[in-house]
Amino acid sequence: MTPATFDGLMPIVIFMGLAVALFLGGHFLSVLLAPKKPSLLKSTPYECGEQPVGSAWSMFNVRFYVVGLIFIIFDVESVLMFPVAAIFREVNDMGEGPYILLIFISFISVLVEGIAYCWRKGDLDWVKSYQISLKNK
Amino acid sequence: MNQTIVSYLAQYEFFDFFLNLFKGHESLLSFLVYLVFALIIVGMCATIGGLGTYAERKISADIQMRIGPNRVGPYGILQFLADGVKMITKEDVMPNSADKFLFYLAPVLCLTGVFATLAVLPFSTGFEMSDLNVGVFYLIAISSLVGLGVFLGGYASNSKWSMLGGMRGASQIISYEIPVTISILAITMLAGGMSFGTIVGMQKGLPTNWFIFHNPFAFVAFFVFFTGALAETNRAPFDLPEAESELVSGYHTEYTGMRFGFFALAEYIEVFVVCGVAVALFLGGSNLPFNIKFDNIPLQLFEFAIFMTKTLVLYYVVIWIRWTFPRLRVDQLMSICWKYLTPIAIFNLVGCATWLVVFNGKSIADLVFGGH
Repeated sequence: MTPATFDGLMPIVIFMGLAVALFLGGHFLSVLLAPKKPSLLKSTPYECGEQPVGSAWSMFNVRFYVVGLIFIIFDVESVLMFPVAAIFREVNDMGEGPYILLIFISFISVLVEGIAYCWRKGDLDWVKSYQISLKNK
Repeated sequence: MNQTIVSYLAQYEFFDFFLNLFKGHESLLSFLVYLVFALIIVGMCATIGGLGTYAERKISADIQMRIGPNRVGPYGILQFLADGVKMITKEDVMPNSADKFLFYLAPVLCLTGVFATLAVLPFSTGFEMSDLNVGVFYLIAISSLVGLGVFLGGYASNSKWSMLGGMRGASQIISYEIPVTISILAITMLAGGMSFGTIVGMQKGLPTNWFIFHNPFAFVAFFVFFTGALAETNRAPFDLPEAESELVSGYHTEYTGMRFGFFALAEYIEVFVVCGVAVALFLGGSNLPFNIKFDNIPLQLFEFAIFMTKTLVLYYVVIWIRWTFPRLRVDQLMSICWKYLTPIAIFNLVGCATWLVVFNGKSIADLVFGGH
């Protein structure tokens, strides 16, 4: 790592360190000042006064997983588009604009195809209706 | 030591004294200088975050024709200090069944993600801690830590309300990251670079040079970005992860005292950061109009004032939106993101690219009034 890059990264490390230091400081102060009267009822999870039944770490609706999958695809594609976007103007000034535009649009059309597919499959609907699931069979 | 702040300081005589003092340990000296400036920025942003809670309550009171906090200090302006003291002196309660390590880690992740974004926020042309050449990219990447903190906060509590809130928070934050990222891509394309220095530098001069007015697509991209950013910071009308009428308090239901305070602080600073990023990307950043020339120090101060004014006006808009619109439903939230904002953002991206090629990088103002 060259010194120049390290210079640019140093503030970031400092800011992250400050965040941790702020948390530790606040936590230390509250340990010093706050009362400590633990009881069994206090340390049960809050469920509006009911006795909690079972753990919250149970199976969860799969639709959150689907959203996560779609996100990963889009995120990776947008990461790949960033370098192209950064040099787009430069290439355009060199007179190669139409070519890079064509390449860019063909790349984006793959992305659009993906979202169109998800849309058609009904994965973008939060509540899948019965008819959609029938159509897909 | 090639960074902006240090090179500005190096112009003054008193700095020679420190240079001599740390001879041979220049990196230690730059570390100390950065630490001082980081402390200033963090202190300022923490105050803005604190005053944000006060402003939120005062403005909501104004909108609902109430008086709002008015006991602590003149017009209740010291309310946030009183709140802070109260939070520190409250007992820390943790559920027995919680995952203790993750429970502690979640607010730290939220704070770290927000504070790390402060490093690239361009307060003025000189007062930017680190002008990374991948600035906006870094910003998008590091602000994802907040989403991680929100999800872990919900997961580690082992409470059903928290779990629901954390799950909603995670899915909402990652979903809305897509339209936000693609809108930023359009701006990266217009600016021809990812660093905030480049992006702000391209918008010099009159407001017609701001990227929001560059072309119609960029104009729409601003609203896509702002809506998505509101959702990413879990602000109403997108505050589903902490919807108090459905989920008690969402992902921080089990958090008490100072740990809850850190979540709130992180949220308010994040709103400030998001407004600052919107200003830097779309609204001309810290540029003075007409390219007025000043000496270095007054110039920096004027630029800083302009940046803060724009950012705080946006901050007001965010609070205004919160107290004007009702909360969305989860399915509405998802359909707005995936079926409206994302296609619009992709269309804007293609539109911006086509505009650049067709009009050879000229903005509307350039086309109408000539120039460049």
